[in-house]
Amino acid sequence: MYRYDEFDYQIVNERVAQFRGQVARRLSGELTEDEFKPLRLMNGVYLQLHAYMIRVAIPYGTLSSKQLRMLAHIGRKYDRGYGHFTTRQNLQFNWPALKDMPDLLHDLATVEMHAIQTSGNCIRNVTSDQYAGAAKDEIEDPRIVSEIIRQWSTFHPEFSFLPRKFKIAVSGTPDDRAAIRVHDIGIQIVRDGKDAIGYEIYVGGGLGRTPMIGKKIADFVPKEDLLAYLEAIMRVYNMYGRRDNIYKARIKILVHEIGAEEMKRQVDVEFAEIRKTGALHLPAEEVARIQAYFAPPGYETLPDESTELNKAVLADRDFANWVKSNVAAHKVPGYAIVNISLKPIGGTPGDCSSDQMDAVADIAEKYSFDELRVTHEQNLTLADVRKKDLPAVHAALKAAGLATANINLITDQIACPGLDYCALANARSIPLAQQISERFSDLDRQHDIGELKINTSGCINACGHHHVGHIGILGVDKKGVEYYQVTLGGAADEKTAIGDIVGPAFTEEQIVDAIETIVTTYLGLRQPGERFIDTYRRTGIDPFKESLYATH
Amino acid sequence: MQLIRNGKFVADDFATVGDEDALPDGAVIVSLERWQKERDALTARNTPLGVRLKSGQEPSAIADDLDKLKVVALEFPVYRNGRAYSYARLLRERHGYTGEVRAVGNVLRDQFHFMVRCGFDALEVADNITPEIWAESVGAFSLSYQPATDGREPVLSLRQRLAARASAREAV
Repeated sequence: MYRYDEFDYQIVNERVAQFRGQVARRLSGELTEDEFKPLRLMNGVYLQLHAYMIRVAIPYGTLSSKQLRMLAHIGRKYDRGYGHFTTRQNLQFNWPALKDMPDLLHDLATVEMHAIQTSGNCIRNVTSDQYAGAAKDEIEDPRIVSEIIRQWSTFHPEFSFLPRKFKIAVSGTPDDRAAIRVHDIGIQIVRDGKDAIGYEIYVGGGLGRTPMIGKKIADFVPKEDLLAYLEAIMRVYNMYGRRDNIYKARIKILVHEIGAEEMKRQVDVEFAEIRKTGALHLPAEEVARIQAYFAPPGYETLPDESTELNKAVLADRDFANWVKSNVAAHKVPGYAIVNISLKPIGGTPGDCSSDQMDAVADIAEKYSFDELRVTHEQNLTLADVRKKDLPAVHAALKAAGLATANINLITDQIACPGLDYCALANARSIPLAQQISERFSDLDRQHDIGELKINTSGCINACGHHHVGHIGILGVDKKGVEYYQVTLGGAADEKTAIGDIVGPAFTEEQIVDAIETIVTTYLGLRQPGERFIDTYRRTGIDPFKESLYATH
Repeated sequence: MQLIRNGKFVADDFATVGDEDALPDGAVIVSLERWQKERDALTARNTPLGVRLKSGQEPSAIADDLDKLKVVALEFPVYRNGRAYSYARLLRERHGYTGEVRAVGNVLRDQFHFMVRCGFDALEVADNITPEIWAESVGAFSLSYQPATDGREPVLSLRQRLAARASAREAV
């Protein structure tokens, strides 16, 4: 994985020093909360319902064991012994005191981490595929370009006061695990006819109150021009993005208002000008330098079949279920990708205790080359595990309470923090996710239902990505009462779709039954091998509407 | 308000005048509208001239007049509105403007660094800004990852030079 050099260290350390000064000014009263706000936001410090919250950047979701141990330590030292992994592959601490923030950032900096640009109207932490480097169909490891973008966007002087926040995601495979079409910019790594690698660019995707799917504005941007092209998009957005209404300030609204064709034209004009100066030309040596950090780990030559694994699958039903749902194919024979669910039955999606973080750090160190990933679905991934080690990994995870066998199943839900934590929320998300999780706790039933993603947001800002859940749940407030609106058919993969609203919202008492009705309806309609989303795409919304709102 | 020009606190030798105000003697900064309406009269005065652009008024509107202007003042209506960062870069890099590019409006101490990097060489700042604050803010980061308008060598190129030096040493 990427290692800081002297320059990276200096920039991060200078940032810690700068923020220490800003916090001191706030604590002394020299800065009002209002004046402090933009400064703290640039460092991922929010003022939530109950306390300050800090969002730690995990660039493209990649962590070393050492870094995870530091996060565990921070959870114990400054918080309440846990952290919360988010859909942006970041980690949030909900309870640190403002006075401790500079020390917390200092501790992070010792392991090459920071909270830069995890908030504010700037280019946010770049996200990517949790299977990067290990996926069978990968054209190129997306972390290389993600790191290049991380550096270019860090404290970008022109783009640190954009009309709104700005999110970039990169996918290196045709299978999209990074949800690139619901990002402000989605980058798809592609190969052209002559075998050169470059980038397909999508612009203007996003969720929130106006969900939109990104439009493709470039088929192939050559590697050396990527930063010039990104700078062109950012400049067009900075100059023409709306600033009169924050709800209309995202780039998706600009693209929608002027049209993708016109957006492409303006970006191309700007790109041609920027390219002329050559200042952002990306030298092949720099790409190679960064690529070297992401070189494949020292894989052993192994048979693809593992007798240890096969034996364990036959002997242990728990293990077999876990392998079935949580383990994915790897490009190297004899290796597998392990997904660690942070969605125990009845738990808070994405929460992880400091003890669990330490346990995962140990497991990653021993079995997965000292490295792990955070997923945008709020889980963790060990990308490079020997198949013969899977029983041992499972046992170690089980001991840490992390062996829930539900990846991509109905209880593997995305949920935002909701009204329990968030100042913006209208409704609770976590208790709802917990109730659904308990209702569908039976593992056989979950496996029978198969792949089904339920995403819940506690407000229209859609941090829980409800629009792209196969079943999406949106908490709404009606005269002080929490209601839940259901959407169906959303997806955040290469067939990205925004879910359709099924009808009138449900009360807190009705919503779990409504989910059950949707599932039962699907089970009655499905053809052999059909996932929920396939059935929905075939039948449309009507049968679901009928069963949900049938008057008896 | 105080004026910082090229890092020095100086007396403002330009008067910013409203559209309805009578023009005083000496150097003035006028709005784009007034400039467009009174270009000939203003030019005939033979005193230094500046134009102030509001957010949304692009530098291309004065691109042909830049040789007549000593100052282009770019307005930051609120700290959140960063349009003028792009305008400043365009003035310098696209239009080749070498006169003063002045940041006016909501110019906060924590933005000085970014403004200077984008080509602002003059900033109108609040009265409580001291030379110490200026130095701390503008010098908050000694390194930059990306090229901008200030000519500072980005990290990428520092790395390349370092690598070249290392390989030259090896060759010896």
